[in-house]
Amino acid sequence: MRQGRSIRGRSRLALRDLLSEAVAGMLQRPARAVLTALGTVLGVGSFIAVLGLTATAASQIDTRFNALTATEVGVVDVGSGNAAAPALSFTEDAEARISRLNGVQAAGVYWNVRLGPEDGVRAAPVGKANGADAQTQVIAASPGIWPAARAGFAQGRGFDDFHDRHRQAVAVIGSATAARLGITTLHTRPAVFIGGSSFTVIGILEDVERKPELLMSVTVPRSVAERTWGTPSGEGARMIISTELGAAGQIAEEAALALRPEHPEYFRVTPPPDPRSLRTAVSDDLSQLFLLLAGVCLVIGAVGIANTTLVAVMERTGEIGLRRALGARGIHITSQFLAESTALGLVGGLVGTSIGTVVVVSVAAAKRWTPVLDPATLAVAPALGLATGLLAGLYPAWRASRIPPVEALRR
Amino acid sequence: MSGDGTPVIEFRDVGLTYPGPPAVHALHPCDLSIAGGDFVTVVGPSGSGKSTLLNIAGLLDTPTHGRYLLDGIDTTALSASHLAALRGRRIGFVFQAFHLLPHRSAQENVELAMVYQAVPRRLRRLRAAAVLDRVGLGHRAAALPTQLSGGERQRVAIARALVAEPSLLLCDEPTGNLDSATAASVLALLDELHRDGMTIVVITHDAEVARHGQRTVTIRDGVLSDPARHRGEL
Ligand SMILES: Nc1ncnc2c1ncn2[C@@H]1O[C@H](COP(=O)(O)OP(=O)(O)O)[C@@H](O)[C@H]1O
Ligand SMILES: [Mg+2]
Repeated sequence: MRQGRSIRGRSRLALRDLLSEAVAGMLQRPARAVLTALGTVLGVGSFIAVLGLTATAASQIDTRFNALTATEVGVVDVGSGNAAAPALSFTEDAEARISRLNGVQAAGVYWNVRLGPEDGVRAAPVGKANGADAQTQVIAASPGIWPAARAGFAQGRGFDDFHDRHRQAVAVIGSATAARLGITTLHTRPAVFIGGSSFTVIGILEDVERKPELLMSVTVPRSVAERTWGTPSGEGARMIISTELGAAGQIAEEAALALRPEHPEYFRVTPPPDPRSLRTAVSDDLSQLFLLLAGVCLVIGAVGIANTTLVAVMERTGEIGLRRALGARGIHITSQFLAESTALGLVGGLVGTSIGTVVVVSVAAAKRWTPVLDPATLAVAPALGLATGLLAGLYPAWRASRIPPVEALRR
Repeated sequence: MSGDGTPVIEFRDVGLTYPGPPAVHALHPCDLSIAGGDFVTVVGPSGSGKSTLLNIAGLLDTPTHGRYLLDGIDTTALSASHLAALRGRRIGFVFQAFHLLPHRSAQENVELAMVYQAVPRRLRRLRAAAVLDRVGLGHRAAALPTQLSGGERQRVAIARALVAEPSLLLCDEPTGNLDSATAASVLALLDELHRDGMTIVVITHDAEVARHGQRTVTIRDGVLSDPARHRGEL
C-alpha cells in the first residue's frame, strides 16, 4: 500500500481547504473579528462616502450648469467709484462695440432706475385713482437686452434702436406687472405713468430666460431714462452678453477692452462658471481632507488586523506545530494566516462599502439630489479592504511560518 | 508495514547538540534500529532527551550528527518540503497535550490530518468516521474536545495519527495527562494497534507504561542504551 507513495510528492493544500480554514479561523473569535474589521469598515466606508458625495454634488453642479449659463457673460460698471470716470462707463455705442466681437449673439446694457419717493408706476396720471405702485421696479435698458436676455413676448415687441435713438417714451412691461396695472391688451394703446411722464406700452413679456426680474418691472429705453432721471447711481449699470456656445470665455477676456480700450479697469467681467473648476473646487478642499481621513482609517485598520493576526499567531502556536506535524509546509502556514487577515480585510471592505453607499444615498435623499456613485469606486472599495488585510497579514503570517515545529509543539 | 525487512527507523550515529552557549548534548550520537511492527518504549527521566529522540524520528527536528533513514529513505539531505511531505504521510504523532483544535469537532480534528495530503473531502469524511469507529468513538464524532474526557481526547488524537495510514506511530508521553484508569484504556488501544501490525514508539517516564513495549530503550543525560544492541554485541 505504501509503495505507491513517492518521496518526491509534496504536501498540498487545496484552495478550498485554505479558504475554509481561513473562515474557520475568523469565526473562532467572532467578536474579535468584528472589532478588528472596524478600522477597515470605517476606512472603506469613508472612502465610498467621500467619493460618492463628491460625485453626487458635482453632478448637481453639472445639471445646474447648462447651456444657458455657459453662454452668458456679465459686465458690471465699477467705474463709478473712480472720481475721474464718467457716471456711466458704458458708452452709447457699448452694445455695438461688444457685438463686433466674435461669437457674440446679443448684448444689452441695463440699470435699475431710482425714482423719487413720490414717483411710482401708475396706470393713470398723477392724482387719479390706482395709487402709486412703489414695488414695481423701473429698468433702463438698451434694445439689445431683449435678445440677450432671451425674452419672449405675450403681446407686442421690445423697443429697438429707433426708439432708443429718438428717445421715444415707450415701455415694455412684464405680464405680472401688466396684470397688476390692469393692462390686458395693447390694442387700446395703453400707457403707464412713471412720476410725471407717460410711456406707451409696446410690449408685454411672456417670459425671460436670463433676467426674470424683467417680468416684474417696467423697462424703458436707456436714452429716455438718462434724460428723465439721469445716469444710474448706487448699484451702477450692467451689461448682459449672450454668446455662442464655447465663446464665452474668450469674450469675457476681451469685453472690458472692447468697451473702453483706454479704461478697461472701469468694468468687472463675470465669465460663466467653469464646470471643471467647480468640480475641482468641490473635490479639492473638503473631500481631500476626508480622503486623507479615510486613508488614516485604513492604516489604523491595517494596524488592527496586523496586531490581531500577530496575537492569533502567538495564541495558536500549538496549532501551528500540530499542522506542521501533520505535514503542512511553511508556505501553508503563511497562506493560512494571510488568508485569514485578507478575509478580515475583505469583510471590512464589503461592510464599509455598504455603509458608505447608504450614507451617500441618505444624504442625497435628504438633499433631494440624485445619488451618483461610480461603479469603479464600488468595485475598488472592497478590493481596498482586501489589500489592507493582505498587507496587514504579511508580517504575522511570515512570522508564523518561521516558528520551528518542535518549539511550536512545546506550547 | 514494510515486508522487506527494511527497518522503519534506522539511526546511524545520530546525535543532536544545541549549539548554546552552553552547548547542550541533548542526544549523544547513537545507533537505533526499529523494525516494522515493533512496539518500542523509550524511558528516561525528565530532561534526558526522550523528546529530542522522538522529534528526530518524527522529522520535526534534524540531527546535527549522523544519518537517519526512515523506511530506508535517507532523510539527511531532503529539503524542508520533502520532510514535511514524509512527516505528513508516514508518521502519526500522539502528544501528551493532545493538541486538538478546540473549535473543531472530533471528526474535523481527525480530518485535518488529510487536509495537507489533498485527500478529497468526501473521502476524508468517510475515513475519519471509520477511524473514529476503530478507536471506539464513532458515537462522539460531532463532539468538541471540551465535551470529551481526557481519555476520549487522546483517542481522537490517536485516530488523527492513524487516519493518514502512517508507517509509524510516535507517542510522546501519551498517558502523561491521564489518570491511571484512562491511561490503561489508551494503552490497551495501542496494544491492539500493535497486534494489527502498527509500528509504535512510546516515550514515557513511567515504568508501568514502559512494560507495554516489546522492547524498552532507556535514555539518561542524552545517552541511549538499547538492550537489543547490547545483546547483539554480546
Ligand atoms: N532548544 C533547545 N535549546 C537548548 N537546549 C534544549 C533545547 N530543547 C531541549 N533542550 C535540552 O535538551 C535536553 C533534552 O530535552 P528533551 O528531549 O525535551 O527531554 P525529555 O523529553 O526527556 O524531558 C534537556 O536538557 C533540555 O533542556
Ligand atoms: Mg519530553
